[in-house]
Amino acid sequence: MTVQPAMPKCWRVETKPHKFCPGCGHGLVLKALGQAIDELGIQDKVVFGCDIGCSLLSWDFFNVDTIQTHHGRTNPVVTGIKRANPDVICVAYMGDGGGYAIGSQHLVSSATRNERITAILVNNTQYGMTGGQMAPTTMPGQKTETSPYGRDADTTGSPTQGPEMVAAIAPEGAYVARGSVANMKQLKNYIKKALENQMAGNGFSFVEALSLCPTNWRTNAKDTWKFLEEDMYKYFKVGELKVPGPREKEGQ
Amino acid sequence: MPEKPIQGEKRMFVTGNEVVAWAALAAGAEIMYGYPITPQNEIMHYWTRMIPKYGRRFLQTEDELSAGFTTVGGVLAGRRAFTATAGPGNTLMQEPISMAEAMRLPIVVVVQQRGGPSTATVIYSQQEVTLTTLGGNGEGLRVVYSTATHQELFDYTIKSFNTAWKYRFPTFVLGDGYQAKMRESLMFYDPAERGIEMVPTDAYVGRPGMPGVDRAPTHMRNTYNMEEELYDVLQGYLADFAKAAPEIAEHEAFDTEDADLVIISHGVVSRACKMAVRELREQGYKVGYFRPITLRPMPEKAMREMAGKAKQLLVVESAQGQLDRLVKEVIYGSTAEMLSLFKPGVGVTSEEVITRVKEIKG
Amino acid sequence: MGKPIKIVLAGEGGQGVQSVAEILAEAANEKGREALYIPNFGVEQRGGVSVAYLQIGDEKIGAPKFQTADIVIALSDRAVTRTRKYVGPETVFVYDSGIENIKDELPTNTNKIYAIPAIEVSKKELHPRVFNVIIMGAVLKATGVVAMDDAKKAIEKKLGYKFEKNPELREMNFKAMDRGAELVADLS
Repeated sequence: MTVQPAMPKCWRVETKPHKFCPGCGHGLVLKALGQAIDELGIQDKVVFGCDIGCSLLSWDFFNVDTIQTHHGRTNPVVTGIKRANPDVICVAYMGDGGGYAIGSQHLVSSATRNERITAILVNNTQYGMTGGQMAPTTMPGQKTETSPYGRDADTTGSPTQGPEMVAAIAPEGAYVARGSVANMKQLKNYIKKALENQMAGNGFSFVEALSLCPTNWRTNAKDTWKFLEEDMYKYFKVGELKVPGPREKEGQ
Repeated sequence: MPEKPIQGEKRMFVTGNEVVAWAALAAGAEIMYGYPITPQNEIMHYWTRMIPKYGRRFLQTEDELSAGFTTVGGVLAGRRAFTATAGPGNTLMQEPISMAEAMRLPIVVVVQQRGGPSTATVIYSQQEVTLTTLGGNGEGLRVVYSTATHQELFDYTIKSFNTAWKYRFPTFVLGDGYQAKMRESLMFYDPAERGIEMVPTDAYVGRPGMPGVDRAPTHMRNTYNMEEELYDVLQGYLADFAKAAPEIAEHEAFDTEDADLVIISHGVVSRACKMAVRELREQGYKVGYFRPITLRPMPEKAMREMAGKAKQLLVVESAQGQLDRLVKEVIYGSTAEMLSLFKPGVGVTSEEVITRVKEIKG
Repeated sequence: MGKPIKIVLAGEGGQGVQSVAEILAEAANEKGREALYIPNFGVEQRGGVSVAYLQIGDEKIGAPKFQTADIVIALSDRAVTRTRKYVGPETVFVYDSGIENIKDELPTNTNKIYAIPAIEVSKKELHPRVFNVIIMGAVLKATGVVAMDDAKKAIEKKLGYKFEKNPELREMNFKAMDRGAELVADLS
């Protein structure tokens, strides 16, 4: 087993290499999260909840207390933990299906209640684990297993603008951003700010991470990055959407 | 340290929902998560009014899925956590309960049964027996206490926290709309003063120490990659459940020894049956009374023994045979004739039970 | 062992039948007797017939509902129709004489039927607000389930904070109870 030199300290060495497909973006998002946890020195305080879908493969990823939950239900599980023990720092890790489809009511309600948790949602525009079906984030014209002729926005809707929605409904104190695995430094900073926002007790914090799924996109390395940086960027704008308090301007 | 909610013994005259809220307080429940649904609402009403004084918590969630999953979270954090629901809410609640089963999480759920299927009535039924005992996509690894009186509602709400935390199976108090809304007398008490020791809780997540350094990290999952992995886990759970079952199982019975016909019922219906048996005995009928208090696990040994002696068994319930199916499974092989008085979604009076017995006996 | 007395009270929402049942139940409980009170309830927050089931006895009460009542009190036309099924040969049936067009609806197989002018008395002599207390007085007189004084204590316990501010209210409530008892006494 080879250990990458850049592996964050809070990663669990025994469970590496990880279980994600080659080229998957999850490893990158979890690397950004790991770096943020290390920099904040909160490994012993974090409780990590992972959803169903490819995100579940992170159930033993960190040397951090971890609960693998049900599809869409990670927000309420970590909400329950946080409400019962406010001393821990709760991270809910999910995919776009878990957050925007089956668990959308939980995302909406966690946001409107300004739950002091951090939700990280990985957007790869389709359901990965179940074999590449159309997701709320699938782009118009994008081919998936359940939109084999390309997503027809007229009959199946347009890609969910998750951070935009959360920013619109969350009260003051919430932190909302959309990052991308194509800009790891920025993504790590967003996640770090999201964790800090929870630690400060300000409110809900939400980071959508634009990610990669070469397996279901059926793309080679070059086309995978092209899919993210050309196609996805058209629909999903990277940046901070809501920053609490006096830092509001900085986020614009 | 806030004072104890109940000091000394106190005779009370309150609704069942108020009983549950007080019992949860007395049991040291630390947090309730809930979503409004009739007829359990007043549990939340009383809980939220009383808790500031005792330093307890409450979260009103967006639905019963969330109420169940946040309760799961509360338990993971090491708290005595509970929720309450009914009817369609119980249907939704089965998803989080199956996670609790899969991960052996000691959540406590109070169910105040209402009419079904669907929205039906907000009033009363015993139609959530199948759902509560065997719901979810699993094996029914749960404990279900079916109460009949306000005293039992108090006693078993306290007990459910101990059963849950001792055996680590989700535990239910199965009441109904009648019990929720009616008033009758009972004694409130502090469990410690009665010598009832509360089983200590511990946290699954957020314990002291650096995970991976000072201690192993908690890594809990309910998903398995291989059939065999799941099978092995379930074998362990099933063995634990089978071992615990005789310790957990409870029943109430009288006049069964010489009875030709034994009336089997549970919950509030057993009150009508108890009256009926007493009255019929006075009239010279050889009838007996048997009531499982735990519907999961069933009091198998006692029920089999009883069924081995009786010639006829009359199952009475406010459902179309939900208890009846559980009974038949237990007494399989018994030659006793199976008779029924099923009133799905409707209360049963002692008069009706007496009439039915006389009809049988001719 | 005596059997508990079984009472059904029914009226329109707002007539206060649930309060009557609750106060009677509490009065009995205060005296160390056993009582069981259960309201009917449905999806409607308002409107509809309100029915209260009350049992008072000396031992733990059995089933919360029953087939035949010892006394049925119906305070509206719909309540009369609704409660007929609780009437048996031994039942005392009490209804308000002000209810119109219900002659055909009245039960026929009963022990006794009383028509009492509670609505009229409340309006003319006292106050419509204490209508239900007149009914309580009538029930007490007809059944003797709770002593008049104990019921007054239970009212005091429930409404004492209002009586503090307005002692006339206490007078009116107690008078209403006595008048209710008289209405039944006149008939027997």
